[in-house]
Amino acid sequence: MFTSMTFASILPEILILTIGLLVLIFEPFWKEDQKRNAGWLTAGGLLIAMLLSMVFGRPSEPTEVLGGMIRFDWLGFFLKMLFMFAAAATALLLMDHEQVGKRGEAYVMLLASLIGMNLMATSADLVMLYLSIETASIPMYILAGFLVGDERSTEAGFKYFLYGTLASTVMLYGFSLVFGFSGSTNLYVIASALTAGSISPLLAFGVVSLIVVGLGFKISIVPFHFWAPDVYQGAPTPVAGYLSTASKAAGFAVILRLFFIAFPEFTNTWTMILAVLAAISMTVGNLLALPQTNIKRLLAYSSISHAGYALIGVVAFSQFGAASVVFYMAAYIATNLLAFGLVMAFSRITGLEEITDYAGLSRRNPLMGLMMLAAFLSLAGMPPFGGFVAKVFVFAAGVQANYTWLVIVGIINSIIGVYYYLNVLKYVYLYRLPGEDEENHPIPLTQSYTIALVVLVIGVILLGTVFGPFFNWSDAGALNLF
Amino acid sequence: MNFPILSVITFLPFVAGILILLMPANRKNEIRAVALTAAVMDLLLTGWVYAQYLVNDLQGYQFIEKYTWLNIPPINIDLHFGVDGISAPLVLLTGVVMFTGVLISWGNDDPHVMAGIQDRPREFFAFLFLLAGGVLGVFVSLDLFMLFFFYEIAVFPMYLLIAIWGWVKTREYAAMKLTLYLFIGSVVALVGVLAMYWTQYQNTGILSFNMLEMENAGFSTAFQNIWFLPVFLGFAVLGGIWPFHNWSPDGHVAAPTAVSMFHAGVLMKLGAFAALRVGVMLLPEGAHTWSWLIMTFAGVAVVYGAFIAFVQTDMKYMIGFSSVSHMGLVVLGISTLNETGILGAGVQMVSHGIMTALFFAVTGMIYDRAHTRMIPELGGIAKVMPFATIGFIIGGLVSMGMPGFSGFVAEFPIFMGVWREQWLVAVIASISIVITAAYIMINIRKVFFSPMPEKLEGHISDVTVLDKVAIATLSLLMIVIGMFPAVIVPMVETGVKYIMNLLGGA
Repeated sequence: MFTSMTFASILPEILILTIGLLVLIFEPFWKEDQKRNAGWLTAGGLLIAMLLSMVFGRPSEPTEVLGGMIRFDWLGFFLKMLFMFAAAATALLLMDHEQVGKRGEAYVMLLASLIGMNLMATSADLVMLYLSIETASIPMYILAGFLVGDERSTEAGFKYFLYGTLASTVMLYGFSLVFGFSGSTNLYVIASALTAGSISPLLAFGVVSLIVVGLGFKISIVPFHFWAPDVYQGAPTPVAGYLSTASKAAGFAVILRLFFIAFPEFTNTWTMILAVLAAISMTVGNLLALPQTNIKRLLAYSSISHAGYALIGVVAFSQFGAASVVFYMAAYIATNLLAFGLVMAFSRITGLEEITDYAGLSRRNPLMGLMMLAAFLSLAGMPPFGGFVAKVFVFAAGVQANYTWLVIVGIINSIIGVYYYLNVLKYVYLYRLPGEDEENHPIPLTQSYTIALVVLVIGVILLGTVFGPFFNWSDAGALNLF
Repeated sequence: MNFPILSVITFLPFVAGILILLMPANRKNEIRAVALTAAVMDLLLTGWVYAQYLVNDLQGYQFIEKYTWLNIPPINIDLHFGVDGISAPLVLLTGVVMFTGVLISWGNDDPHVMAGIQDRPREFFAFLFLLAGGVLGVFVSLDLFMLFFFYEIAVFPMYLLIAIWGWVKTREYAAMKLTLYLFIGSVVALVGVLAMYWTQYQNTGILSFNMLEMENAGFSTAFQNIWFLPVFLGFAVLGGIWPFHNWSPDGHVAAPTAVSMFHAGVLMKLGAFAALRVGVMLLPEGAHTWSWLIMTFAGVAVVYGAFIAFVQTDMKYMIGFSSVSHMGLVVLGISTLNETGILGAGVQMVSHGIMTALFFAVTGMIYDRAHTRMIPELGGIAKVMPFATIGFIIGGLVSMGMPGFSGFVAEFPIFMGVWREQWLVAVIASISIVITAAYIMINIRKVFFSPMPEKLEGHISDVTVLDKVAIATLSLLMIVIGMFPAVIVPMVETGVKYIMNLLGGA
């Protein structure tokens, strides 16, 4: 049964696939110096796809389509738009990457992974869920190791692949147990089949733990985080940015849908597990970020801790909690992509990635200095940037759900965070190059960087000031979970 | 619909800051001109609010504006502005400090004088205006979320302003210390604010950060006793309350002149003000329970700050610790929880704000010319900088609480209020007046009237016209308040009456 509703529900994916095919068709005919235009095609195409989806692909009442495989609702739609925005920004940032920018297949991989993430946000069936997670992951394994000949990148690709397959296998085992106990793979059927008395709490604990392994890997929480610093450091920087934002947000989308819908009877079990993991993630991530000297590793550990903050909203298990998680993801995607984009723009000119190398940046390029300020203050949770509002909302959800202890852990950690984020800004604004001749070492931004970074910085500020509409969409999405 | 004057006052600095950032960095004089224009406009607007405030109207808040910002249950945030008798003078104070701060930072073309901000004035003024906007936002917000939002905005530009333009020797350390102290304080208060929000919902079914509604939220005594201390102390960290005052003198010393003025002049008031508005006004029973502890802390701060200031040899450290002492008086006034004490605290916030701004301005001028702030190395300033000397002496008289100056109008009610609650504290705290008089007079004699050391001879020039305008503005205000207390006391009284209504129920 292929109705117009079915078509609307997967319209974004159809359009993304079309863009990918267009890139594949045109790219071989372009001359070497034109090939970076694949980035314009991808980003522009995604923009058009977003507009078309907003006009023709808006969900109304939540419906199950394609035989119950996909749930067509606001939660999925809003997240899809976020992922597509992130992918468009990533494509712009990729364009001027020396080794990757002129390779059409990189953009195709990006789009393939995007399709997977879009489906992750909408899957309502364990089979579909697993397929979409793999679709999202496999292109990323390749992209992480895209710099052939660079040992770090190869290591990153291989490490990500090994960890990823192991984690998803464990998760698959968990899925198969769920199927065994409930007799169904549909999340809604599972929810009605798995009532409180049907399996023992210990068994529920085991099953949830197995699933958490796979999803914990996607959102890189402690103790499934070991891949993150190495992969972020080795992978091409825009890819690392994409991995740390869209990929993580997709993981949160699955966590929300899976746990909120399929296991409401076992809330005590999974909220306990996730609360403990959130506390450990925040603490370990922040403490390990303190001694880092490489900015990409610093961002990796900071992203581990941010996964911990966002989990506070999940364990709150309320509509407000879910809405705050979705909002957190929106703010985090804009902020972290901005940070990674700046790292990319800086290392493209200088080839350097140590924090100390950022000395004098605010004099070498004042605009980049201000953008660094916005990105890192937003990560630290300072207004008027998105990170502040997002953090207040998840903390508020935590306090509402009587998880005050977890909120206090989060607050202590955000104090640690302020220290190391300000430390980076200290180099950007306070220190100078050894010769104090910054005007002779400018850092020019190309057109694509300027567009991507300015759009992202505006996004970060809008999310921190005019947050009403964004929170409204997050809330409309969260409503679909109850 | 009236003219939304409070929003204009609050958002004008932000707009000006963004405008300044968009200007080319090498047009330094145009940047300064835009900054001064914005500061003058804000000063006029704040002055207008002060002048139009109706002291006979005891309804509480005036100039109220309310726009829904986010209303999606369970979160309800309004852009809700209004001033009462406590905050209206503080808004004017911020306007004054902003105006004089811009004047002081203008710079001087004399190659011997390192005055003002020569390095990247564009970023400096932009960050300074961000800070000012945050401060004004806190004073006028009646919505707890927005109060918090502006409070945090006021904290982080301090880091950059001190770290980039501050005193080379200590700026990194002091800026980080200040930011961490203030951030810790504010997040501790945030937990309390969130707890208040949800408890209000449980008690009354109202989901709102509106402070006017929270005043009637019916928080239980147990709840108030638990959360009063985190909320009050969390905000009071910014007010430099002992034992969390440590960041403050270091911050003052490291900051550039205009930022020191802002820091001591308004930022520390922000802490005391937020502690009063959120801590005391929303959790009055908790305030009654814990007032003895707050009074102890404040009493220690008053005496201890004065003694430490006495032994300093660096002028900025001396003023920094005298700020701890004087802000201790503000908190002491609040801790009395009686009408006289809080009235004194309200006036003292304004008086001390103007006084310290003046002190730091003059100290900055001396440092720019003599390149030292060490009291033993200075001397004879009165001959070459007569105008600045007069300003400093007036500030000194205010600091000592001399009748006829604003300090007396403020400190006298505080001590009266304290005496009513606990006469022993008043007696002990009054020691500080003697100590303050001693160190101020010693300082004035040594720095301004002793013979000038040889190596300074010929190096020191008089202050510029802009500096004189700044000094004159601040000095005159203190004399006016001292001579005619009626310009401020009735206004503060309206605010105090409102607070007494809230406190009276317990």
